[in-house]
Amino acid sequence: MSELGGIVALSLTVSLLAVLFASLLGLPLGAAIAVGRFPGRRALIVLLNALMGLPPVVVGLLVYLLLSRAGPLGEFGLLFTPPAMVIAQTILVLPIIAALCRQSVEDAWVEYEEQLRSLGAHGLSAALTLVWDIRFSLVTAVLAGLGRALAEVGAVIIVGGNIDGVTRVMTTTIALETSKGDLPLALSLGFILISLVILINAVAYLIKEAAQRRYG
Amino acid sequence: MILPLRLEGISFRQIIAPLSLEIAAGPSTIILGANGAGKSVLMRLMHGLLRPTSGEIAWQGQGEERIRRGQAMVFQRPVMLRRSALANILYALELAGVPAAGRERQAMDALREVGLTEVAHRPARVLSGGEQQRLALARAWALHPEVLFLDEPTANLDPGATREIENVIKAFDASGTKIVMSTHNLGQARRLGDEVLFIHQGRLIERAAVDTFFRRPASAEAAAFVKGELPWV
Repeated sequence: MSELGGIVALSLTVSLLAVLFASLLGLPLGAAIAVGRFPGRRALIVLLNALMGLPPVVVGLLVYLLLSRAGPLGEFGLLFTPPAMVIAQTILVLPIIAALCRQSVEDAWVEYEEQLRSLGAHGLSAALTLVWDIRFSLVTAVLAGLGRALAEVGAVIIVGGNIDGVTRVMTTTIALETSKGDLPLALSLGFILISLVILINAVAYLIKEAAQRRYG
Repeated sequence: MILPLRLEGISFRQIIAPLSLEIAAGPSTIILGANGAGKSVLMRLMHGLLRPTSGEIAWQGQGEERIRRGQAMVFQRPVMLRRSALANILYALELAGVPAAGRERQAMDALREVGLTEVAHRPARVLSGGEQQRLALARAWALHPEVLFLDEPTANLDPGATREIENVIKAFDASGTKIVMSTHNLGQARRLGDEVLFIHQGRLIERAAVDTFFRRPASAEAAAFVKGELPWV
């Protein structure tokens, strides 16, 4: 049972860290694209939207090539470790958070633009003001990213290797136990996974609702 | 000093036909006209939120930053950030480059001026429409602008809130700030205006002192507007 606890804990740690890093990079990026006007902007938006559907196995493969012994980052020896899984999931989740943030900020910009420009805010400062002001709506973007990270198996199994006690997470365990024929264990893990996702979303929703009532 | 403001042959798409005028310091200017006449667009051109299709807009002063800081604008619908009333003003002061030490006092002074001291720490977005518009005026007040643009500031408000807003605008006027306000409300134009710019279908039809404009409008369009609107004043 403690082994199961370790698997659940690792799943949460890896995915939460990936979402944290992806948010730190993706929210400012999405806001900057929303507010900025530069050549190639529309192409970038289309690309970002398309990358939301990035196949996890492809991300896993690319990160694998980067981190493998012969790869450019091979010397750090990260392959088949939890940090490798965090890197892969960060790349996977980043476009989701950035693209959804871009859309939210752009909608808000329509409402705020004249006022902020009148007050003298522009560029990055305006973008960050917007991100902070619509922070409650951005919870949805971050949750979408977290859902993706917790649910995916392709990336973590390639760069993590599903090593017992080291890089085994809920989704890779479910895949393994299903192929071994231990359906009850796979099913109960699946049940835990879904329950966790619902719980996280419920808590986030309640916080968002309370904050929105408070700040309008 | 950044006034006078000179518009030379300004046009904007099909909305504003080429017009030239000068706005000088002193008595308040009311831009009057029906909905869709181009009042809001004209004010946005003056304030620099829109670029004219042709023509030139020139302020007296030098330097983009100085010219921007000499003006403030209050919109028909105030846009408040999701933070306290006080923090909304502090944010504006920060953007205006006011040193941190003086911001809080300056902001509280402005809140007192519009009678919102008690709600300083309440989230701005949960204030009533009238309070939010007064907060927008306080935000402008704190910046000590030389020119204040007001775009139909009471169009969405009830008579009580409108009166409060008008009182603040009078105080602004009395403090020496140049008021440039658009409205389609004739009573308001009379109460707050010294001179009237009458805009009709994107053209400047008439410019006159308020009394003269209402008593003896020079153009047929202005006469029709004054007459047609009177029953609802």
